[in-house]
Amino acid sequence: MNLKLLEKLTQTFGPSGYEDEIRAVIRAEVESFADEIHVDPLGSLVAYRQGSGGGKKIAVAAHMDEVGLMATYVEEKGYVRFTLIGGGIWPGVGSRVRFADGTTGVIAVEHRDDATTMPEIHHLYIDVGATGRADCPVVVGAPAQFIGPLVHQGQRVISKTLDDRVGCYILIEVLRQLNDTPHDLYAIFSTQEEITLAGARTAAFRIDPDIAISIDVTATGDTPKALPMAVELGKGPAIKVKDSGMMAHPLVRDRLVEAARKAGVPFQMEVLTRGSTDAAAMQLVRSGVPSGCLSIPCRFLHSPSEMADEADIDNAIRLLLTALHTVA
Amino acid sequence: MNDVRHDPLITTLQTLADLTGVSGDETKVRRAIKPLVENHVDTLRVDALGNLITYKRGTAENPLRVLVTAHMDEVGFMVTGHTGEGGLRVAAVGSIPERLLPGTHVWVGQEPLAGVIGLQAIHRLHGESFPQAAPIEDLVVDIGAKNKEEAQEAAPLGTVITFATRCREMGAVLTGKAFDDRAGCAILVALLQGERLPCDLYGVFTVQEEVGLRGARVAAYAVEPDVGFVLEGTLVDDLPKHEKDVSPTTELGKGPAITVMDRSYITPPRLLSHVLKTAAVESIPCQLKQPGISGTEAGGIHPARGGVPAITIAVPCRYIHSPRAVLHPNDLANTLRLVRASIARLTPETLAFT
Repeated sequence: MNLKLLEKLTQTFGPSGYEDEIRAVIRAEVESFADEIHVDPLGSLVAYRQGSGGGKKIAVAAHMDEVGLMATYVEEKGYVRFTLIGGGIWPGVGSRVRFADGTTGVIAVEHRDDATTMPEIHHLYIDVGATGRADCPVVVGAPAQFIGPLVHQGQRVISKTLDDRVGCYILIEVLRQLNDTPHDLYAIFSTQEEITLAGARTAAFRIDPDIAISIDVTATGDTPKALPMAVELGKGPAIKVKDSGMMAHPLVRDRLVEAARKAGVPFQMEVLTRGSTDAAAMQLVRSGVPSGCLSIPCRFLHSPSEMADEADIDNAIRLLLTALHTVA
Repeated sequence: MNDVRHDPLITTLQTLADLTGVSGDETKVRRAIKPLVENHVDTLRVDALGNLITYKRGTAENPLRVLVTAHMDEVGFMVTGHTGEGGLRVAAVGSIPERLLPGTHVWVGQEPLAGVIGLQAIHRLHGESFPQAAPIEDLVVDIGAKNKEEAQEAAPLGTVITFATRCREMGAVLTGKAFDDRAGCAILVALLQGERLPCDLYGVFTVQEEVGLRGARVAAYAVEPDVGFVLEGTLVDDLPKHEKDVSPTTELGKGPAITVMDRSYITPPRLLSHVLKTAAVESIPCQLKQPGISGTEAGGIHPARGGVPAITIAVPCRYIHSPRAVLHPNDLANTLRLVRASIARLTPETLAFT
C-alpha cells in the first residue's frame, strides 16, 4: 500500500466547496494515466480513459471534499463561532482545526452548569489564540478542516478524512493499474458530496454513463454497542445493497460480487440505514443510470480519527480492476 | 438616497408587495410584473410551472448566459377545512412563526375577503395556557361567515390566505409583507429595465421557492446558464439581545447580504470573491450573511444539468415571514447596483476552476 499517497490525500485541505488544493494533488497523480482530463463548473475533476472498444461507458466516483467547519462570527474577544460543513459531525472539545491559511484553532466549550448532556454547536467556539477581533486571523465565511495525522498501526490506518480520500486513493490506483479494458472509464473526483451530492450529480449528467459506481466509506457494526450492521473492519470491501438514498441496481451489485469472487478477494454485503453516497445522485441523472457502490468499512466517520483496514483498501482495488477488465 | 416616494425601485416594490402570491398561486404577481418588463426584454414566456422567463440579449460577441432569479411567491396559508361555526381551518404554506398569528388581519382568496386569525380573549387565558403559541392546525380564521356552508362557499378548500398588510414608509425605512421576495422581484424588474449588459440575461421570476425551490430548479434546467444570481430578501437579527456578542445574521442598512454557505449550497469561492471585489471597486457597501442559515434558490440552481456556479445576494429584511417586514431603501438600491456591476464584470475566467 502506498501510504505516502494516502497520507498526502488525507491531510490535504478540502472542505466541501473548497476543493482546490485536493484537486491539484489528485490532478498531478492521475494526469499521466488519463486520455483526457477536465474540471467541470462545480469543480469536479474528471479523468477519462478510453477503452479498447465494445464496452460500456462507466462512471466511477470518489469524493474529494471532506466535512469541516465554517466561521460564522468573530466575537469581540477574538473567539470564533462556527457552523458545520456536512452532517453527522461531533466536534470534540480539545480537537484541533486548521483554516485554509494554516491558522490552527482549538475547539472549546462554554461553561455550562449542567454538563450532563452533549453541548450543542452554539455552546462551542474555536480559540485561535487571538486577543481580540482585531488580531483574529479568521474572518466570517472561512472554512476549516479537522486535524488528524495518519497513523499506520498493524493492519489499520487511522487518519482524518479517510472519508473519502481512501476512495480517491483507490480510484487513483485503479487508473494507474488499469489495462486492457473494453470499457470507457470516467473517473470522477467529485465535489460537495458531504452537503448535497451536487458534484457527482452534475458530472454524471455531462458524462451520461451506462453504469455509475461510487467508492466511499461505510459505517461498521463491530464496535461496542454499535448500531447493528453486518459490516466489519478487515472482512473485505463492502458491496452495497441499499442505503438511505438508493437501492443498488441488482445487476451492478451482482457484477461487483462476481468480480470479487473472480479476483478471490473477501467481500461483505452492505445495508446502511443512515447515510448515502454519490451513487444516489448519479442513478437519478437524466433518464436514470444503473448504479452501485463499493464501500470501505470505516469506524468513527466524520471524526478527526477515522479508522480503516489496509487489506480492505487493497482488496477494493483488486475487485474494481477485475470488474473493469471484465466484459459487461 | 432619493426621496423614496419618487424612486421607481420603491414604487415597484410597493406595488408588488401588496399583491397576494402565496406559493403555487403567483398569478397576480406575474401579471403585475409582465407589463413592467415586456418592453425592455427580447422575449418573455411563462413556463409549465408558472415561472416568468425573460431574455435580454447581451452586447458581447460570445456572451455568457446569466440567469437571475427572484421568487414571486410568498409564505401564507391554505384553507384545509371549515368548522361548524363558519371558521376556516388552515395549513401554513412555507414556514411561518406560530406565535405571532392570533389577532392578525388576513386576506382570504384572490378577490380578497377580509379575515382575522381568531384568538381566545385574554380574559380567558391564565396559567399554563397563556404563554403557549397555538399550533397552526388549531387556529381558526374568522371571515364572519354564519355557518359551515357559508364559509365553504366563500373560501373553498385550497383557498390561499395572505397577511393583510400595505407597504408603507416608516421613518427612513419601508415596512410591508412579502419583502421576501418582492424586494428581489423589484430589483430584477429594474435590472431588466436598465441598459443591456455584455452577457445574455435571463431574468426569471420564479414560483414555489418557499415550498422547495421548485420554480428555480426547472428554470435553471430550461435556461442552461453559465452562472446563476439569486436575488433575495433575507433575515436580519440586529435588535438588542440578551447575549450581546452574537451574530446579527445580517444588519439593516449595511448593504446587500452575500451568502457564503447556507443550508442549500456553498457559493463557489471564485464567484464569491468576484462579487466582493466588485463591491470594493464600485464602493458599494455589502456584508456577508452568517453562514449555515436558511436556504435559497441557489440550492435549486447549482445542481441543474452539468452544474451551475451560483450566488445569492439579498436585501436584509427584519421580521421576514411575518405580516410586517422592514427594509432599508439604501439596501434595495445597493443590491441592484451590486448585482448589475457583478454581472457586467463577469468573464469566463471568473467561473472556471483550474
